[in-house]
Amino acid sequence: MSRGGMSRVFDLTATEIRRRVAAREVSCEEVVRGHLDRLDAVEPSVDAVLLRLGERALEHARALDGAIGRGEPAPALAGVPVVLKDVLDVEGLPTTCGSRILEGYRPPFTATAVARLEAQGAVVLAKANMDEFAMGSSTENSAYKVTRNPWDRERVPGGSSGGAAAAVAARMAPVGVGTDTGGSIRQPAAFCGVVGLKPTYGRVSRYGLVAFASSLDQVGPLARTVEDVALVSQALFGHDPLDSTSATEEVPDLAAASSRDPRRLRVGVPSSFLAEGVEAETLARFREALAALEAAGCRVVDIELPHARHAIAAYYIVATAEASSNLARYDGVRYGRRVTGEVDLARMYGQTRDEGFGAEVKRRILLGTFVLSAGYYDAYYLRAQKVRTLVRRDFERAFETCDVVATPPPPTPAFPLGEKTDDPLQMYLADVFTVPVNLAALPGLSLPCGLAGGLPVGLQLVGRPFDEATLLQLGGAFQRTTTHHQLGPPL
Amino acid sequence: MAGTILDTVDHVARLAHLSLSDEERRVFARHLEAILAYARTLETLDVSDVPPMSHAGAASAFRDDTPRPGLDRGRVLEDAPDPAEGLFRVPRIIGG
Repeated sequence: MSRGGMSRVFDLTATEIRRRVAAREVSCEEVVRGHLDRLDAVEPSVDAVLLRLGERALEHARALDGAIGRGEPAPALAGVPVVLKDVLDVEGLPTTCGSRILEGYRPPFTATAVARLEAQGAVVLAKANMDEFAMGSSTENSAYKVTRNPWDRERVPGGSSGGAAAAVAARMAPVGVGTDTGGSIRQPAAFCGVVGLKPTYGRVSRYGLVAFASSLDQVGPLARTVEDVALVSQALFGHDPLDSTSATEEVPDLAAASSRDPRRLRVGVPSSFLAEGVEAETLARFREALAALEAAGCRVVDIELPHARHAIAAYYIVATAEASSNLARYDGVRYGRRVTGEVDLARMYGQTRDEGFGAEVKRRILLGTFVLSAGYYDAYYLRAQKVRTLVRRDFERAFETCDVVATPPPPTPAFPLGEKTDDPLQMYLADVFTVPVNLAALPGLSLPCGLAGGLPVGLQLVGRPFDEATLLQLGGAFQRTTTHHQLGPPL
Repeated sequence: MAGTILDTVDHVARLAHLSLSDEERRVFARHLEAILAYARTLETLDVSDVPPMSHAGAASAFRDDTPRPGLDRGRVLEDAPDPAEGLFRVPRIIGG
């Protein structure tokens, strides 16, 4: 770097990059080159990336530099490198969703979330690995590669946004964009030691996002600080006429929220739900994090979420039902892969889908088709939707006596590669603390709160609908009084 | 559940247009049995007076019914595995 001082450019936060770019202490091109070099240096040991966008990123950076050089004001994310989970469309670039069935597909449109970030000067560096169609908790379900946890290469980065979380942890980019249907931003954020926000359902447009479970899916940011998550969220949030489920609620000043004093906020802890099982050291870090929040002036109160233990069963019915319907569109006719040589249409569909989808996707399509099928709809799908109401009511009742609910995001640190691949139910059960938040359509923030056995673990904060501001307020205060977020993996 | 779990797998695989191998049928049958047994733990809850949560956001949104351009036909067909004469070509549907 020419005038960047001693620090390495890839260690900078998005907030700091934007400040230096606006002050003309560094150019967008220098920032992007620094991160591309870093990506090239660490990618062989992390395998987080499916598509590297060198020339496109540099062209974008030079265009930004040109505009700033002509005296135009630097936009809010000027020069900030971003890695996108490969479930978000960028016009003309491949979207794989980690699946063979989308091979060759180049979407004719750009996701609103991506367009909003690029309009604010963010530069897309790469598309990141993920579990196929976002179905998984380890990124091992990708059809393309196995992503490693930057803290321990023999462990999973979490999933399904594992590539984006690993890339941010490995400092390939200060910002990642993921999606969270049952924990897919918060769990990999916890496993990789970064911050991840799953916004309220409807906060971020899903236009151009490949659908998994439409009543649960939500786009959100990953970064290394709460301040950066607030900065990126400000650009992502807001109504989009192209997504009729996107919310019209006003978006407050999130940067201001993240620097506000958290005194007198009430943090609710569902102690009997935590008794479902949290690994000892993970629980110890969680309790220390609560103590730090108390030291910052918050009050910790006990709450009950009596139906939360049933959330996993309800979730895997609702999510797979929606997935079986959404994934019916992959039929080898309009885009993606087709098995050739079949003489009739039904066989072409069947062979294309059998060859194009991986095991976890087929398992969920079968399960979802079953729970929606004649004779089983009421017993499974309708009942699960009713349990979803109970889970949401639990939170509504809890928020009468607290402002934020705190739990660990996953109940353990990252597990070894291959440990759960043969036992899908065990993989599902690890989502115990994240899926209730999606069922209730609430915002959830995961942030690093220390190490357990040398691996990062997280603190999850859950808020009222559209009250991301309070989560960022609490998370910002936590990071001002602790140093966990400054730890990085040994890369 | 009527019939065996393998019959169930075959039935839903047909509904879902998935041509599974024998190996896949057996593995998925085992997994489905375990997952559905777990799902049936919901039967311990009394939900008789509980309304289903059938959507996650606000009530249905409406917009004005004004025509707007769709995607460009030529561009869309660039993504198709077998386009022909401005259309998607597929294997025979009827007869044969």
